[in-house]
Amino acid sequence: MEQIYPKYQKQCKLVKAKPQTVQFILNYSKALHIQKIRGMTLESNLN
Amino acid sequence: MQTQIDDAFLVSNYINGDERAIEILINKHNQRLSSYIYSKVLDSAITEDIFQDTFIKVIRTLKRGSYNEEGKFLPWVMRIAHNLIIDHFRKNKRMPKYEGNKEFNIFSVLTDDKLNVEKQLIKEQIDSDLEILIEKLPKDQKEVLKMRIYQDMSFNEIAENTEVSINTALGRMRYALINLRKIIEKNNIVLTN
Repeated sequence: MEQIYPKYQKQCKLVKAKPQTVQFILNYSKALHIQKIRGMTLESNLN
Repeated sequence: MQTQIDDAFLVSNYINGDERAIEILINKHNQRLSSYIYSKVLDSAITEDIFQDTFIKVIRTLKRGSYNEEGKFLPWVMRIAHNLIIDHFRKNKRMPKYEGNKEFNIFSVLTDDKLNVEKQLIKEQIDSDLEILIEKLPKDQKEVLKMRIYQDMSFNEIAENTEVSINTALGRMRYALINLRKIIEKNNIVLTN
């Protein structure tokens, strides 16, 4: 029968991004401002 | 199905300016996405980087209004992460990165041929001592030795410049070295690094 379970058990590890990484993404999201003017998309970062 | 509806609702709220919605989405899918990335790259720091880049792409796409809601938010995010993982491996293939471990340290193979500060100081001291010793040689020997050692001239060129035969130039060099050794021995000078 074909072996369908992972060859390396260690690869199946539950990990989570650090709170600092999540906070960075949230700050980026708050700072990112996108405007559409005359068909052009302008991106600005308020940080 | 419930999850997909929830995601679609949160995405819609986020597009309409609710920043809290993206926080819920990130926290909701954090473990699943991070574990997926980790299973491919097997490095916590790279996992964090790819996770961050994935959501930066997600945020930009959502804010630009380019996202097409088909109730497949998570598969879409996973696809972005998957592409970034491929980019990561491609980049590493072009620029291989070697890291040391307990058994192998890259610095045991790679060496810096520059002298350390102490040896550099000793070398400078020896060079200056040698200059003083050379000044004590007779003029014709000093001239040949300087041309040969400091100006890297061939004996043919030295002979031409000093208007003597090549044998005379060779002889002067020989006597210059002999006399230099004599001065060094006489004064008990140690010239080693």
